[in-house]
Amino acid sequence: MEEFFQQLTNGLAVGGIYALIALGYTMVYGVLKLINFAHGDLFTYGAYLGLTLLTSLALTDRLGFAAGVLVLALMVMGLVAVLGALLERAAYRPLRQSPRLSAVVSALGASIFLQNTLMLIYGARFQVYPDNILPAATLNIFGLYLPLMRVLIVLASVLMMVALYLFIQKTKIGTAIRAAAIDQDAARLMGIDVNRVIMLVFLVGPALGGIAGLMVGLYYGQINFTMGWVYGMKAFTAAILGGIGNIPGAMVGGLLLGVIEALGAAYISLAWKDAIAFCVLILILIVRPTGLLGERVADKV
Amino acid sequence: MKPRPEVLGAGAFVALMAVAPLFLNAYQVDVLNSIGLYALLGLSLNLILGEAGLFNMGHAAFYAMGAYTAAILNTRYQIPILWTLPLSGAVAGAFALAVARPVVHLRGDYLLIVTIGVGEIVRIALVNDVFGITGGANGIFGIGRPRVFGYVIRRPEQFFYLIWGFVALSIFLFLRLKKSRFGRALNYLREDEVAAEGSGIDTAYYKLAAFGLGAAWAGMAGTLFAAKMTIISPESFSFWESVVLFMIVILGGAGSIAGVLLAAFLVVGLPEVFREFAGARMLVFGLVMMVMMIFRPQGLLPARGRRFPWVASAGALKQ
Repeated sequence: MEEFFQQLTNGLAVGGIYALIALGYTMVYGVLKLINFAHGDLFTYGAYLGLTLLTSLALTDRLGFAAGVLVLALMVMGLVAVLGALLERAAYRPLRQSPRLSAVVSALGASIFLQNTLMLIYGARFQVYPDNILPAATLNIFGLYLPLMRVLIVLASVLMMVALYLFIQKTKIGTAIRAAAIDQDAARLMGIDVNRVIMLVFLVGPALGGIAGLMVGLYYGQINFTMGWVYGMKAFTAAILGGIGNIPGAMVGGLLLGVIEALGAAYISLAWKDAIAFCVLILILIVRPTGLLGERVADKV
Repeated sequence: MKPRPEVLGAGAFVALMAVAPLFLNAYQVDVLNSIGLYALLGLSLNLILGEAGLFNMGHAAFYAMGAYTAAILNTRYQIPILWTLPLSGAVAGAFALAVARPVVHLRGDYLLIVTIGVGEIVRIALVNDVFGITGGANGIFGIGRPRVFGYVIRRPEQFFYLIWGFVALSIFLFLRLKKSRFGRALNYLREDEVAAEGSGIDTAYYKLAAFGLGAAWAGMAGTLFAAKMTIISPESFSFWESVVLFMIVILGGAGSIAGVLLAAFLVVGLPEVFREFAGARMLVFGLVMMVMMIFRPQGLLPARGRRFPWVASAGALKQ
């Protein structure tokens, strides 16, 4: 039972990370109907930028653990958000009127480009987060000994998801985003600047993805320039699982996929861990392509 | 009557390729062999992605199926490697049909994601030594050299003629296919699926047929790959292999056989020329994919629409 709860909480932490990345996919898909393949790589940029800022500015030494990590997280979010907006400008805006599949190819190209830029800057080897920064404390919750970092990741990701949900549902800008997702032309007629909405989506999504990258760096301690691809695919699976274009769906899908994967790795096979997510992806697209709470994706002829 | 420029170009290319091994060293011939294999794979993917417009980014999985079938039959049952060609093609094709059947109706970008997933599952299965016959991460080694009419094929220039001979045969067959009723149906499907269905084209059947045939061809290319390398391992069939193949078809011009050949030369050949920048190869690929989609989405040598003599004469009549 102890083992089960350890895996469950680990799955929730990883699932929270998936959910944060999945939100970026789902928001972009909701507004542009485009799978932003480069989103996983923006996540990797979050991890690398986090590492560079952490080691070069020594934030945690100067400000202490809590404030240091908070400032670091804000910086990473800001930088990755700018990167996401630049990506939209360079790779997607010129293709707004093209066939959708041209944009998909461009997105793939952007993904390969971003990934290899990182490789040329940092090298192909794993980069290691310094391990003396974080207190290696464990918390005792109802007799379960949980690493502090795991609890923090779950709390932080849930907090951010709730904040995003309220932002989308309750604010005026959020309403504009929802309107643009339903019908861009009608939204434009209502005086909504759709270009700004798209830009905003490409700021918010990558910011969340970037912070997920930082979390992975802090949680696992090592990062690699190709990791965005695997995390991106899994987060995308999570987005589909919940129903793409649907924000609560991405949250549910992410947490669910994290738990499925953690339990699958523990009780079925560790070697097949990565295949589990892909099997979930294929099964969900065959059986229920709309996801648990989402729009339909198959052509109806 | 003057011969058309593309016929002249094709003739010059064939003549040049036929004598190329006489003037090149073993390394250069080996690069040409790699280009030939990629051209073959590109042609097979072109049928799926170019002609039928089905976004398949798991082509390496079918390639792997063929290569592993050939390698297993050869090393376990001592079947001569070239004899395994039909069977490895059939295994890859049957696998593609089984995989594509439930997902082929998905919209373009979802099909792309599913095929990526299939490619990854196959690779993970190979690494995990599924059924205990794939040799795990080390792969399979000691694959026998191919024999043609009693001659053992060993040297690069011998492989050159084997591989490019197969490429020539494939080009001939794919050109015939393109001109056939089947090829027209695939093109119609790519341009407008609803209209195709409305005109009585069984879209599901043609999509599956394109998948099966393209995958079978990739499987046979896999056999040639196994014969050339004598050792295969899962890392030869990674996701990036699928990306490179995808790139070859998109860069050349979807549906254009000459384009696929040109792109195979560029994508495989250029990194060999610029060895010192080998690390930046994928970076350039990514950039090219983005720039191409913005400025030349139809590819370097786009497929030209079919011209019908009677349409031209009808135009003349009007004047």
